[in-house]
Amino acid sequence: MKEKLVLVGNGMAGVRALEELLKLAPDTYEITVFGEEPHPNYNRIMLSPVLAGEKTIDDIILNDAQWYKDNNITLHKGKKVETIDRLNQKVITADGLAVEYDRLIIGTGSQPIVLPLPGADLTGVLSFRDIADVDQMLDVSKKGKHAVVIGGGLLGLEAANGLMKQGMQVTVIHLMDRLMERQLDEKAALMLKKNLEESGMQFLMGAQTEAIIGKDRVEKVKMKDGSEIYTDLVVMAVGIRPNIELAKKARLHCVRGLVVNDTMQTYDPKIYAVGECVEHRGLTYGLVAPLFEMAKVCANHLAKLGIGLYQGSITSTKLKVTGIDLFSAGDFLGNENTEELVYQDESLGVYRKLIIEKDIVKGAVMYGDTVDGTWYFDLLRDQTNITDFRKTILFGQAHLGDSGHGEQDQVARLSDTSEICGCNGVCKGDIVDAIVKQKLFTLDDVRAHTKASSSCGSCTGLVESLLALTVGGDYSVAPHLKPMCGCTKFTHDEVRTTIKKQALKSVRAVMDFLEWDTDDGCSKCRPGMNYYLLCAWPEDNTDDYQSRFINERAHANIQKDGTYSVIPRMWGGETTPRELKALAEIAEKYEVPTVHVTGGQRIDFLGLKKETLPLIWGDLSKAGFVSGHAYGKAVRTVKTCVGKDWCRFGTQFSTQMGIDLEKLAWGSWMPHKFKLAVSGCPRNCAEATIKDFGVVAVDSGWELHVGGNGGVKVRATDFLCSVKTSEEVKEYCAAFMQLYREQAHYLERTAPWIERVGLSFVKEKIVDDENERKQLQERFLLSQKYAQIDPWAERAKGMDAHEFAPIIKVG
Amino acid sequence: MESANSQKTHSGEWLKIGSVNDIPKLGARVVQTGEYDIAVFRTAADTIFALRDECPHKQGPLSQGIVQGDRVACPLHDWKINLESGNAVAPDVGCTATFPVKIENNTVFLSLQANEGCPNKQTT
Ligand code: SRM
Ligand SMILES: Cc1cc2nc3c(=O)[nH]c(=O)nc-3n(C[C@H](O)[C@H](O)[C@H](O)COP(=O)(O)OP(=O)(O)OC[C@H]3O[C@@H](n4cnc5c(N)ncnc54)[C@H](O)[C@@H]3O)c2cc1C
Ligand code: SF4
Ligand code: FES
Repeated sequence: MKEKLVLVGNGMAGVRALEELLKLAPDTYEITVFGEEPHPNYNRIMLSPVLAGEKTIDDIILNDAQWYKDNNITLHKGKKVETIDRLNQKVITADGLAVEYDRLIIGTGSQPIVLPLPGADLTGVLSFRDIADVDQMLDVSKKGKHAVVIGGGLLGLEAANGLMKQGMQVTVIHLMDRLMERQLDEKAALMLKKNLEESGMQFLMGAQTEAIIGKDRVEKVKMKDGSEIYTDLVVMAVGIRPNIELAKKARLHCVRGLVVNDTMQTYDPKIYAVGECVEHRGLTYGLVAPLFEMAKVCANHLAKLGIGLYQGSITSTKLKVTGIDLFSAGDFLGNENTEELVYQDESLGVYRKLIIEKDIVKGAVMYGDTVDGTWYFDLLRDQTNITDFRKTILFGQAHLGDSGHGEQDQVARLSDTSEICGCNGVCKGDIVDAIVKQKLFTLDDVRAHTKASSSCGSCTGLVESLLALTVGGDYSVAPHLKPMCGCTKFTHDEVRTTIKKQALKSVRAVMDFLEWDTDDGCSKCRPGMNYYLLCAWPEDNTDDYQSRFINERAHANIQKDGTYSVIPRMWGGETTPRELKALAEIAEKYEVPTVHVTGGQRIDFLGLKKETLPLIWGDLSKAGFVSGHAYGKAVRTVKTCVGKDWCRFGTQFSTQMGIDLEKLAWGSWMPHKFKLAVSGCPRNCAEATIKDFGVVAVDSGWELHVGGNGGVKVRATDFLCSVKTSEEVKEYCAAFMQLYREQAHYLERTAPWIERVGLSFVKEKIVDDENERKQLQERFLLSQKYAQIDPWAERAKGMDAHEFAPIIKVG
Repeated sequence: MESANSQKTHSGEWLKIGSVNDIPKLGARVVQTGEYDIAVFRTAADTIFALRDECPHKQGPLSQGIVQGDRVACPLHDWKINLESGNAVAPDVGCTATFPVKIENNTVFLSLQANEGCPNKQTT
């Protein structure tokens, strides 16, 4: 028999937990839901646009009656649970309905605070919390003209804005002298107030209400200073408190909220709690993003997967008032240990302030133009060291040389048919549609449902902006130290350190030691662990064959029709007639469908059947070719120009340098692909300044550049240093490669890696510290001893034969 | 691709394809039938599954994917396909035909008669 799961509170967090649970374990529980409100589950956030007349109630229903039916969930609408009988494991409603549970989720949300003023119980005095409140406000707005909102915080201002949109004259009474004092600093608050005043809102700042006066319904509000305001409606929006009445009555441990542990269990392990009613590690939350994180963890635990812990969230805020752009996150006021970076343009109405401590972003306030909010928020969450772009950080991310899409980043202005994800051909309209219809709130959701941003990932920023724009305000808050993938709670760095410390030597051993949450890991974490192992133990690591992507197993690139491509090395992009002849003969012999000159200065045979690979490799080996690793997270090509050999501007022998570097570097496995180039003079014909390691010859020697790439997000290199001799170029190159190999996360190319750790860090290790550089170089050379074995020659001789042959042929 | 006069094996007949050890753990081997390929998978627990070697998304060869638990990640665009049912894992939708397999004395037998249930089981 199925276990019984009961949810008290048909709200955003609780139902979200059910949705997550149904995804993981659809058949585990017989589910019953109690909701005090007479509605199915709806998007409470969107009450503001409903009040403003921009949306209807129908638009904001998240799960209609059919959804409950489809998922076999019994829904009791309009029924309040009065008692939880923990001894007999049942919940009892006001009208005596009792339902048993094996597990219980409490998601009772919070209650608006009602100021204990005389007259607070008069008709026409409302809160702003649910559909009933909005209905009443809309009702009054049709008859009355004047409204008073008590509270100049987020909710109060959204209420005031909505009521104004309904044609009322609104006065906001605020106790403090700064609006939204929990999210904004003085400057931003003033700009906000000015903008709202321009739209007709009136304010009484630093003002205290004394009483609400009226016969049966509100007529006026009396202030402490004796003044009076005539009004038809009073909305109190002075804060919320966790709704823990029911929990307290059931003697569950509560402080400010209902106390839960990291798996969202209360002191009674059969009872979980999620949402605003919860107190976790001493904190309560009032925004949906953290609640969704809670819901995920809770569902996971209920599904008995036991994966994932909730570790708290950092939140950010936006105001959902059309035409007003503000953003706030983290510690936006700072203290004596922090510094402020401020950008301000009165006439454009733009203001940005970042709070920095030891070159780490601690908080942000933005007003007027908030496009970069998501970026600052990422920097904050990831604790990125900003030393290297401190000077330009206030101008936003587009300023960092992310050239391709600068204009496009203004997602709001894009048309529905503009393509956001080029890899999967997903347009803005598709994404917005999916977000709205499928109720997506996180980047992962959007990836799963639309495929946008799920391939090369370069449109991630755009998708995040679209999410922020569509969902309004807060969408997803990833814990700032991201686990490697859904199979574990450990981060890349933790996995790496553990491999070293515990001397773990196989993927299985890592998963066992770190108690991986899935049986076999997944296509994200296994290749990563395999790489970390071979990087940590070059001498005695056993490669985990099944943890490699097909390209690295087959040592060729899989194509869309399941055939493969073969790209041999052409050292430094130089070749000879003899080599070309050999290639031509081999291509003819195997009837290669396409021969293409690649963007990496070498020749690609496309359209080969897998069974043919070892044969063609045998012939290539005989002709002196080795694998070009065009398929691997490995060293790819070294592009060169002709340089001093021929070119009238050439200052050094760049081709020979390229060949030397390729001989040094080939065969090395890397966190991501790694490309090099050498140009003979600053005209830079080999495009060295968009390579992972680029060398530009100058009269006095060589300039070394790092961290560039082409691709969708072109990034020009950072200048590392100049050196005099060829030997030095090789030494620095080896050291740089090893540093990247040891430090970067798997699938993090040099560009994002350097942006994460900072160029200063790289310089410290490689330029400033000779000893460190030499050690890195040594470790690189050691690992190369085991890596520079041509995989093609081995396979031509019969290695891994099973990979290339069918088990049997029938017919 | 196809041999001109490939002979069809009789439906329902068990075909001996090799020993369990011929298939790498967490990997797959391909059975070529002339008309289409069948991927035979082996999980960590040594369970064997057989699926038509075509991803419901864009016909990616599933045999070349990474096996994890009871599913395989397609090598082309990383859809996850359930090995037992042949169904794409939500939110992706679609399915690929599954074929009966049995193991006797460490030898794997396969039937070329696809299981019922997936519209993608056509043999043309
Ligand atoms: C074959 C080739 C195109 C060609 O015919 O010219 C090619 C083909 C592919 N590129 Fe490329 N890239 C090729 C040169 C380039 C270049 C030019 C270069 O190397 O100077 C670039 C820009 C430089 C750069 O990498 O920064 C380039 C930037 C990319 C990117 C974007 C990388 C980025 O960091 O943003 C990807 C996507 C990725 O790796 O995730 C990519 C991915 C791919 C993949 C691997 C896509 C895939 O996953 O299947 C293609 C494999 C086709 C195949 O089976 O061979 N390819 N690709 C070129 C092979 C070069 C070689 O000899 O090895
Ligand atoms: C107007 C407005 C605008 C907002 N804007 C934003 C925003 O832009 N961004 C953001 O992140 N957040 C916003 N929020 C906050 C967000 O809506 C809440 O954080 C979220 O809804 C809380 O979810 P919950 O499930 O904890 O509580 P709720 O969604 O309140 O659900 C709790 C439910 O439990 C029911 N209940 C309580 N007790 C019982 C009982 N004993 N028996 C049965 N049922 C019971 C209640 O009736 C309620 O329906 C806004 C809130 C409001 C009101
Ligand atoms: S070769 Fe590169 S640019 Fe061309 S389609 Fe493939 S990934 Fe895109
Ligand atoms: S073909 Fe399998 S995921 Fe696209």
